[in-house]
Amino acid sequence: MSWVTKTFNSSLGRKLIMALTGLFLVIFLIGHVTGNLLLFKDDGGQAFNEYADFMTTNQFVQILSITTYLSVILHVIYSIVLTSMNKKARPIEYNQVNPPKESSWSSRNMGILGTFILIFLVVHLQGFWYQMHWGDMPKVTYDSGTYKDLFKIVVFAFQQEWLVALYVISMILLGFHLFHGFESAFQTFGANHKKYTPAIQFVGRAFAIVVPALFASMPLYIYFTLN
Amino acid sequence: MNLTLKIWRQKNHKDKGGFVDYKVSGISKDMSFLEMLDVLNEQLSEKGEDPVHFDHDCREGICGMCSLYINGHPHGPQQTTTCQLHMRSFADGDTVTIEPWRAAGFPVMKDLITDRSAFDRIQQAGGYVSVNTGGVPDANEIPIPKLIADEAFDAATCIGCGACVAACKNASAMLFVSAKISQLALLPQGQVERKERAEKMVAQMDAEGFGACTNTGACSAECPKGISLTNIARMNREYFSAVASSENT
Repeated sequence: MSWVTKTFNSSLGRKLIMALTGLFLVIFLIGHVTGNLLLFKDDGGQAFNEYADFMTTNQFVQILSITTYLSVILHVIYSIVLTSMNKKARPIEYNQVNPPKESSWSSRNMGILGTFILIFLVVHLQGFWYQMHWGDMPKVTYDSGTYKDLFKIVVFAFQQEWLVALYVISMILLGFHLFHGFESAFQTFGANHKKYTPAIQFVGRAFAIVVPALFASMPLYIYFTLN
Repeated sequence: MNLTLKIWRQKNHKDKGGFVDYKVSGISKDMSFLEMLDVLNEQLSEKGEDPVHFDHDCREGICGMCSLYINGHPHGPQQTTTCQLHMRSFADGDTVTIEPWRAAGFPVMKDLITDRSAFDRIQQAGGYVSVNTGGVPDANEIPIPKLIADEAFDAATCIGCGACVAACKNASAMLFVSAKISQLALLPQGQVERKERAEKMVAQMDAEGFGACTNTGACSAECPKGISLTNIARMNREYFSAVASSENT
């Protein structure tokens, strides 16, 4: 085995992959939430549709998209590998477990949270991403040209109560996942120091609240104001 | 105090094992948890039954030999060793559940005794200094800043009891291994074998079948010596920089 495969097959190497892909997905979330704020622009969806067109045709964005897909796939695969390794490490469970208060609920349930987020991701991608790429989309024409009317699809989708509820609940779960995941990634990199760890914790916790809240506000806004 | 004890009994390594309930009475609040078990074992011996087997040695909280997963906590409800846990931490009439450490790396040998020699093998893989330091040098011959010395000593207080493994939901041994790596990585005597040590100890930890770290912090919270999670971060740094720069290809 070469030193590279040996490293990435070690427990620490596998954790490193989780941390790297996880943090890349955090960066992706920043871009995703920022762009989607255009949904709030009161222009009948023109800015959002032009943005969506740019995101699916620009080559630099496509490289980022492929990196994002790979990150999701690796994050999921390595979580399965690590979880099965961790289950094997304790073949017989305790009869009674009282986790100390210092260990957060999120940190002990990352796999469950991640599984629900993955299920959400499948529904989410099927509804918008798949439609945008390969679906039969309505068209809309502005001064700048003719575009696929993703805005219409989004507004139509979020007239359904169950979908709005699914999005809001999923964003709460994402918040819990990020609450632990963000600072945990830095710990895995070996970045734990009294000088900057409090800042990492603050940014991570703020991120885990603000970003999912912004995402959740979008279906709620559309459901209550645009119909 | 009168207590009901729900204790894991297992004849040997291969036996399936199960819980057995025992009643003990006349327990003093000032007894240590192990002394309470001694009372139970005396009762069992008088009845001609097999006493409950458990590990213990110094009973002073410094050897790391005692274990026991008590009411869902390694070493019980206080952040100390089981020998230093006193019965005043329990109330009259309580039911106390006592289990062995649960980890693939710590197989149960009998009742509450587990084989923790996996930790010895991890130590033997690199947790030592083999430079010849000669006779006893003058105390301050090798200058080490106080802060660094304190940090190394904090890591060195790990007694290798395995409570971190027992507390971790993944049965990960990373707090133990990181304490041992840190203790030597911080000191000048440990520099010669620094990279090799990190690589070999991590490899041995994985080979022993311990889980990976999810950074839940349960290990440090339950550690009788309060070993800090910063050691795990240091181990990660030590390991990643070692694999990227060592001579092992």
